[in-house]
Amino acid sequence: MTSASRPVSAERGGAADAGAILQTERLTREVEGRRLVDGVSISVRRDEVVAVIGPSGSGKTSLLRLLNRLDEPTGGSILIEGRDYREIPPAELRRRVGMLLQQPFLFPGTVAENLSFGPESRGDALDVERAAELLERVGLPDYAGRDVARLSGGEAQRVSLARTLANEPEILLLDEPTSALDEAAQLGVEELICSVMAVQGLTCIVVTHDHAQAARMARRALVMEAGRVVDDGPVTEIVHAR
Amino acid sequence: MLARIVNDTLQLGVAQAVVTAILALAVVYLARRHQIHLERETYVALVRGFIQVVVVGSLLILIFRGPSWTSVFVLLFMMLAAAATAARRARGMPGAFVISAYGIVGGAGIVIVLMTWLGVIDPRMESLIPVGSMVIASAMNSNSLALERFRSELASNVGYIEAGLALGAAPQRAVAPYVQAAVSAGMIPRIDTLRALGIVWIPGLMAGMILAGSDPVYAAVYQFVVVGMIYASSGLTSLISTLLMRGRAFSPAEQLVLDAGLS
Repeated sequence: MTSASRPVSAERGGAADAGAILQTERLTREVEGRRLVDGVSISVRRDEVVAVIGPSGSGKTSLLRLLNRLDEPTGGSILIEGRDYREIPPAELRRRVGMLLQQPFLFPGTVAENLSFGPESRGDALDVERAAELLERVGLPDYAGRDVARLSGGEAQRVSLARTLANEPEILLLDEPTSALDEAAQLGVEELICSVMAVQGLTCIVVTHDHAQAARMARRALVMEAGRVVDDGPVTEIVHAR
Repeated sequence: MLARIVNDTLQLGVAQAVVTAILALAVVYLARRHQIHLERETYVALVRGFIQVVVVGSLLILIFRGPSWTSVFVLLFMMLAAAATAARRARGMPGAFVISAYGIVGGAGIVIVLMTWLGVIDPRMESLIPVGSMVIASAMNSNSLALERFRSELASNVGYIEAGLALGAAPQRAVAPYVQAAVSAGMIPRIDTLRALGIVWIPGLMAGMILAGSDPVYAAVYQFVVVGMIYASSGLTSLISTLLMRGRAFSPAEQLVLDAGLS
């Protein structure tokens, strides 16, 4: 099925979707006359895993940055559980809508210090048991005291995932989470993310340029081209059509 | 040797200036031999510096004859001129002049007013203006160093800053290591000055006081006082300017604003 025959989300995103945890309405970001994201209307339900695919420069990462409010939209709106996200303080929004970046960007120090960064930012502490549990979940038990400078690329991305999970996000945005890793580490991190998503029942939006990865990780796919969502449907059908 | 050839003080000054300029030009020539081109900047700086200092010297004669309250305006003018110079160095950063003006007036101004009020700086113009100008000049240098360092730290660490923001950190926390680096960068020359005081460097003020017949121990202690004031004003200026620039680096929605000359 192609974009010509498939009803894209823009058509169903106009009205508020009562069951949606995240909804965008004609979301747009224009920079110096260029529309990076162009009127995107999507609706994501709780526990849903959505892959965003498309060529380089199609607006996938720009869309994720808007959802985490790292960038400001120039038009349209975003609703989190029906509430305009501008009404939510940015720090609170970013805790609820966690984002795993393409590169881990671990802060200098130990793994434990990185895990406690998010909770400490809102005045909470991350207890030792919780840190151990998170590290266990990402397959790095006993890493709490390690210096992050000594981690491999795959280990660093696992710590980055654990650091994001320490904030207990309701929605997880993943921006090409394995693209900066070597082939051997890619599959391990991808499997880990899938298992975490399944165990925690997280709502996830995964940006990837790899169609096979999209098919492995998600059930639904959005296809972006020139800032627009041009196709939206079951990932198997979309990947097969392309 | 020059003093033996030239008897008149003014002529001696000109002769000394000519010899110094020749020394600077020799350095330019040496650099040029190694394909390092400093000609244009050096020629302009030499001529401009000479004219400026002669004009200021002449103006000081007039100012020192006037009422003492005029020193307030002279120092204020110096601070604004320092802010304009520092802002040129921080070109491309949003509101660089206003931030530098707040930083320098806040740093150097507070120190000068407080120390004059406490009697550490002699309120007579002959003392207040030269000491004040030293404090202002150092604040200007620290301001430029701190802002430039802050800009380069932000540009090099966008990923880390946004990783911090994405984890729900306030901008203040996300850039805390870079604020620390910037303020430290502004302070390093002042810390080195304090460390080397009297060992590597016998400053001009102390040398001048000794030559003018002051007690060498008092001259040394007073020099320490001046260096201490310079340290305080530089620290305050670096801190104020960096914190103000930090405020400009983020949008109200706590997004790092890269199109504000930081990229």
